[in-house]
Amino acid sequence: MPRGEARPATRHSPLVRITHWITAIAFLCLVISGVAILLAHPRLYWGETGARSGPSLIDLPLPFVLDVPIRGPGRYLHFLAAWIALFTGLIYVISGLFTRHFRRHLLPEKSDLSWKQIREVILRHLRFERPPKEEALTYNLLQRLTYLLVIFVLFPLMFWTGLTMSPAVTSVFPTIVTIFGGQQSARTIHFFAASFLVLFFLIHILMVCLAGFVVRTRAMITGRIPTGKEPI
Amino acid sequence: MSEFITRRKLITSGLAAAAGLVGLEATARIADHYGFLAPDHNGLFGAGEALTYGTQRILMAHHSAAREFNRSDISKIIPVNGEPPKTDPYQRLLAGGFADWRLRVDGLVARPSTFSLAELKRLPSRSQITHQACEEGWSFIAEWSGVPLSYILSLVGVQPTAKWVVFFAFDDNWDSIDMPEAFHPQTLLVLGMNGQELPTRHGAPLRVRVPRQLGQKSKKYLSRITVTDTVKNIGKGWGASDPEYGYSWYMGI
Repeated sequence: MPRGEARPATRHSPLVRITHWITAIAFLCLVISGVAILLAHPRLYWGETGARSGPSLIDLPLPFVLDVPIRGPGRYLHFLAAWIALFTGLIYVISGLFTRHFRRHLLPEKSDLSWKQIREVILRHLRFERPPKEEALTYNLLQRLTYLLVIFVLFPLMFWTGLTMSPAVTSVFPTIVTIFGGQQSARTIHFFAASFLVLFFLIHILMVCLAGFVVRTRAMITGRIPTGKEPI
Repeated sequence: MSEFITRRKLITSGLAAAAGLVGLEATARIADHYGFLAPDHNGLFGAGEALTYGTQRILMAHHSAAREFNRSDISKIIPVNGEPPKTDPYQRLLAGGFADWRLRVDGLVARPSTFSLAELKRLPSRSQITHQACEEGWSFIAEWSGVPLSYILSLVGVQPTAKWVVFFAFDDNWDSIDMPEAFHPQTLLVLGMNGQELPTRHGAPLRVRVPRQLGQKSKKYLSRITVTDTVKNIGKGWGASDPEYGYSWYMGI
């Protein structure tokens, strides 16, 4: 990208910034509405069926909220937010392939994939150390692997397992649910994938705070990082 | 330079927004063209509902059948929600073994008719073992048998302007499905469950089973079926009683 190199330092491209914030809002809506739906039956099963009077896989330590009307509106919000997240995600992934965003910024460098490097970056995270200055302009190995996992594994898995809970969709594509061994199994996987995404979200916020909340958040809004003179 | 970036930024966000709007607009038009706009598509969440219902109806246009299971898959525990109606007409019919119960089928049909339980039992029946998920999250598998709704509809002769089939129940619940759902071979008027008469709490004397939608759509204790071209004049006009409690009309999810 010879033209890109000539431009002044931008940390994040406009497309990354816009899709980041739309996804962030949609994700929060999905979590809130997801909890509202889950609270009607906070019990998880394995296999095709499961009910309160039968055995469960996990009884979540949450109350059964049946009388408060939150899951109906919650489901309206859940699907609207899911559509927004899907469109935003598709725009992000397709444009990321075209602009080589993934290859340039997210695929780990070959040199980063040594055990020594991996150990170092994990230890640094465990010690809650502030990242070195040059990392403000790029992503470290753990970040790269985590973002790839979130973008290409967890989010697609959420959409997939979400669709398995639609009897209309499974009437057209039964394999999407039989591959998990049943609809309740898929529901359980939906819950765990969501839990991993919430965990990612919390650590993401923690890391942003550690690296400098104002500077990093401003970079994701304006695209600029004050220390950065070099183009990415 | 900065001017270039600003312009580029503008163009990128403009294109993204335009693509989104064109996508939404196109979907709404396709949905409207095929009559796939849910009765509750207006309001804050309307765009999401229209997209979900329209997309699923297009996907389901060619081949779509709820998964069917084996006898050995039938759930040992079959939970049930809600109580039979306590109202006088229902209780009296129940006490009389539903001998005086009649199903009225009317609306945009050539031959409005009534059916007794005995008459329904003499009609061609079909059995299917399907998965039923409650909107709460639990689910079970059971065998349902009864008359395909499509058979009744062809008996009474549906007029070409018909768009919805509306179900009225003794417990003041009412609901509706579109014509593709009504004529789907798996949409049954259920008289029996797991080889027995339909148990009272599961909707006796008659319930509908719509296996391509959540259990909530399979209304129990039916008294009347009406074919119509609009649901605007029934209840609040949202196509069912459930949307008054915050639920969406479409339950294919």
